[in-house]
Amino acid sequence: MDVPKNLHKALESFLIIFGSLLVSMVLFGGFVAVAGANPFEVYHTMYRAAFGSSFSWQNSLIRAAPLMLTALCTALPGYLGLIIIGGEGAVVIGGLSAALAALVMPNAPPLVVLTAMALVGMVAGGIWLAIGGALRHYRAVNETISSLLLNYIAIAVLNHLVTSTFRDPESLNHPSTRHIGEANMIGLIPGTDLHWGLAFGVVACVLAWFLMHRTVFGFASQIAGGNVRAAQVAGLPVGRLILIVCFVAGAAGGLAGMVEVAAIHGRANDTLNANYGYAGILVAFVARNNPLAIIPVAVLLGGIRASGGLLQRVHDLPDATVLVMQGIMFLVILFSETLYGRFSKFQKQGAA
Amino acid sequence: MTTARKLTRRQVLKGTAAVGALGMLGGLGWLGKAWGAQDKVKMGFIFVGPRDDYGYNQAHYEGKSAVAKLDWVKAVDEEKVPETIEVQKTMESMIKLDGVQVLFPTSFGYFDPHILKVAPQFPNVLFLHCGGLYQEGKHPKNAGSYFGYIDEPEYVAGIVAGGMTKSGKLGFVAAKPIPQVLRNINSYTLGARSIRPNCTTNVIFTGDWSLPVREAEATNSLVDQGIDVITCHVDSPKVVMTMCEKRGIYCTGYHVNQSKLAPRGYLTGAEWNWAKVYMDYADMIRKGTEVPHLIRGGLKEGIVKVSDYNPVVTESVRKQADAAKAKFMSGAMVVYKGPIKDNTGNVVIPAGEEYIQTDIRLESMGWLVEGVIGSTKS
Repeated sequence: MDVPKNLHKALESFLIIFGSLLVSMVLFGGFVAVAGANPFEVYHTMYRAAFGSSFSWQNSLIRAAPLMLTALCTALPGYLGLIIIGGEGAVVIGGLSAALAALVMPNAPPLVVLTAMALVGMVAGGIWLAIGGALRHYRAVNETISSLLLNYIAIAVLNHLVTSTFRDPESLNHPSTRHIGEANMIGLIPGTDLHWGLAFGVVACVLAWFLMHRTVFGFASQIAGGNVRAAQVAGLPVGRLILIVCFVAGAAGGLAGMVEVAAIHGRANDTLNANYGYAGILVAFVARNNPLAIIPVAVLLGGIRASGGLLQRVHDLPDATVLVMQGIMFLVILFSETLYGRFSKFQKQGAA
Repeated sequence: MTTARKLTRRQVLKGTAAVGALGMLGGLGWLGKAWGAQDKVKMGFIFVGPRDDYGYNQAHYEGKSAVAKLDWVKAVDEEKVPETIEVQKTMESMIKLDGVQVLFPTSFGYFDPHILKVAPQFPNVLFLHCGGLYQEGKHPKNAGSYFGYIDEPEYVAGIVAGGMTKSGKLGFVAAKPIPQVLRNINSYTLGARSIRPNCTTNVIFTGDWSLPVREAEATNSLVDQGIDVITCHVDSPKVVMTMCEKRGIYCTGYHVNQSKLAPRGYLTGAEWNWAKVYMDYADMIRKGTEVPHLIRGGLKEGIVKVSDYNPVVTESVRKQADAAKAKFMSGAMVVYKGPIKDNTGNVVIPAGEEYIQTDIRLESMGWLVEGVIGSTKS
């Protein structure tokens, strides 16, 4: 029916995002030059560190894995017109709950433990973000502020529980829960140095895209996001949609926390609070909340983060350099939002 | 992101307690010999925070800078590397892309699980971790750790603080109530009370290693209570020191020399001297001598030091502080000598008992000494 229109829209998005990235690179190049390094050499180093070899690819992908999941925390509520930035809290609560789930079943077989960890982590993370959605719907509390504040509460709960009730007495100077047991750790994807968290991220993004674009539920959510009044008049259960979408979004964050515990740390402690939730916001914004676009954007951001180290070592640039690059990209892409619909070329065919 | 350091290592300490502060266990000599032939020793340093934090990370960065000046050393470093899988990748990257032979991942949280996971994959690379967590037989053969007894200079700084306070009330802004921090608070207080028995130390725990706003609030509230000398144990003492200077009271520093931040009020401080440790390691590796798995030490070994006294510190206070320092240097000082009561009235070290610096029981300290106002429950 209107395939050309969709194609043109996709092309418009692609060109605007691509153009924004190009502009960001030029701006960042200028910044680097001012800082006293050769921008071309810097980009070469970044390429080498992020995508130049099999090791650097894996380095970028492993950093991208949690970002795919935390980006969904912001992207999915975005369909309902909500700006939720509580991914960090969902990761922390999800990781903590997953660790506790493993600790209550010390003798269960690993597969049972891992399944329980994933489920408990996802439910906990989901409930955590749903609180923000519920406050929005029932009490009209600004969801951006409440989800941000929920992050601090989550971190405080984590710090309290790992230093008191659930503290491993052996963890004297780095309060943590007990170890979930080596047998219960998630392994690596065969033939790589990557843990399964990456696969979870990709699958979650694809499923989320399917949910929002190919189901009645997703369609209803988009209607509610477009115009709440119209959705209500049409009889859509807006409140339930908000709660479910926030829950699904939080579940993704909770899964990211579970992966941190089950694939890397083996226990829950303050390292869960590693700012993956905040980096996910950037990914969701750049991907314009599209779950499929999150995958490449997360890999790109993972690559930028992976290159931070080599930039420091080769060019003596401070670590903040890559943050500056992220910041420039973020601003340029926010600005580029104003460009949609301004190029008549993309509008003609779709106008009818 | 925590950077607590040091933990129990029961088996290891049983061995080291006898040997003394400088425990030399096992040998990594064959590694050193293999590299002895090469012209440059390549070292990689990893910091959890910024290099210029006036604190924990700067202390290590200063050590790195000192060793990097040697013409037979090539040293690279990375700052702000979180204690996640990212540090594993940073270690691998330094080995694979820069060819480093020895890594110094300096944050406490880098050891378990990160170093433990990466070290076995690179048996020809040395992983030396700051924190003293290494356990013989349990941990990879190419790993090791180093740490300093910084509560010794804290004790000396406590004497200076106790001598210079007018109100007899000291303040301590601390991150978390973990053994390492409690030990500093206790040594500081014992130092102060050794020359002024009625002195008290008010302690406020902020809850994390780097919370500048809370550290500022804590400092302000301590000053408002009439406290006139403040110190801290957080990753970056910058906020606390500048706040004290602004409020016109004295302070004593931690991690590095912060006298630049508080030229009027910075009495003295407890500093790390990682330059010495890193120089020693570089030398051992170049010469091919055995690199010990565990290096520990205090003032005597030069791993920690006391900042130069501020000109305002009076002659009599200097003398008392110097006397204590001399006792540490000779090895005769025992800070934890019974009877010692905690601040709830329980006797924690009975009369006649001495816990020397290497005593394992000090590693799991869970109490605050009499004279400290505060609680270990956060």
